[in-house]
Amino acid sequence: MGGNYMGNHVFRPLFIFIGIVLLLLVVRHFYVPRDFGIHERGYMYGWYREGNIEDWKKVQVKYQGRDYCKDCHSDKFASIMQSPHAIIQCENCHGPAMDHPANPPKLTIDRSRALCLRCHYPLPYPTSGRAKIKGIDPDTHNRNFQCSTCHNPHKPNLSIR
Amino acid sequence: MITRRDLLKYAIKGAAGLALPLAAIEIMNPKKLLADISGPGKVRWGFVVDTYKCVGCGLCVKACKIENEIPYDANVTRTWVERYVLTKDGKLSADSPKGARDGFETKKIDLGLGNFKDIKNEDINKAFFIPKLCNQCDNPPCVQVCPVGATYQTPDGVVLVDRTWCIGCGYCIMACPYGVRFFHPKYHTAEKCNFCYHRITKGLKTACVQACPFGARMIGNIKDPDDPVAKIITTERVAVLKSEYGTKPQVYYMGLDEEVR
Repeated sequence: MGGNYMGNHVFRPLFIFIGIVLLLLVVRHFYVPRDFGIHERGYMYGWYREGNIEDWKKVQVKYQGRDYCKDCHSDKFASIMQSPHAIIQCENCHGPAMDHPANPPKLTIDRSRALCLRCHYPLPYPTSGRAKIKGIDPDTHNRNFQCSTCHNPHKPNLSIR
Repeated sequence: MITRRDLLKYAIKGAAGLALPLAAIEIMNPKKLLADISGPGKVRWGFVVDTYKCVGCGLCVKACKIENEIPYDANVTRTWVERYVLTKDGKLSADSPKGARDGFETKKIDLGLGNFKDIKNEDINKAFFIPKLCNQCDNPPCVQVCPVGATYQTPDGVVLVDRTWCIGCGYCIMACPYGVRFFHPKYHTAEKCNFCYHRITKGLKTACVQACPFGARMIGNIKDPDDPVAKIITTERVAVLKSEYGTKPQVYYMGLDEEVR
């Protein structure tokens, strides 16, 4: 009954076990980013890598809004602002400006009938704003023509032309 | 002299001790916990949807998909618009083809699998559109279930997903009672509406709010009493979706109907 008899078969696996735990702790130390941990909202909702917030802020803004357009395209801007279409953002038809005029140098205008029908396909739904918008039946109303052939989107009412 | 029994005992205790995270020893102060919930920050983003104004044009969905780089033709979207039609026979018909990316350009209700239901105008009792997006819950169940800390709530109340940290297990997609989460077709990580975090933190409105011609969507700081969104929530009749889940959603609806789930 000596230490040697007890030692080897117990201590050896124990040291291996401790070694594995230490190795895992070392790997974890280098693998997990410094800013990963428990933040403002506590462990349940606030356990994360803080740098990710900045990552999300770096996403490129594509839709710039009409104020971005109005200085260079003041004539177009003025014309639509006097029509019922003044509520529609330029980019809803002209596409996202992104870094225009640098990139893209030219925007692609959506002139499809489908774009107009988003609002002007008649759906007389009570308690929805849709019921108040004038609509056309696309199957009978000048099929195969773009709406802009007759209606100027910036000045859509034919009777006040 | 150490006996075999003692040594095994020490070894088990030692291993258990090594496995114990330090966080487990921390004693929570109830006051600190309360402060954690209300939050010390000056900003808490909130959203208002006025369903009376929505016409179902889907321009919000189109703008969201482009702004947030969600593959346009994949049938996934961060925000969508649902159509509800209640007929005189007491039946409810609802659809949201392609999430209303292209709006609603037919009276026929899309039942899926190529089946459509035609409803006559005179049979309609009430019909309306309901835009949906992430509720940025105060108690987000999607965050609770994440095993790796890849999804979390920012101090200003927005739930984000860390694409570099997400392992794609999909627990959060199952946990969200509102079904707003999905896998991003390109990154294969959990994806969701984040109130256009890159825009709101620059002082811009979200892409969907800006694209809506009718003012049906509004975003604001609900901790600022002068903010238009805060004013609506505090002074007008608003409701949230599935309040019975205790998730404390922060997207408030005007003109919500019981049929909306």
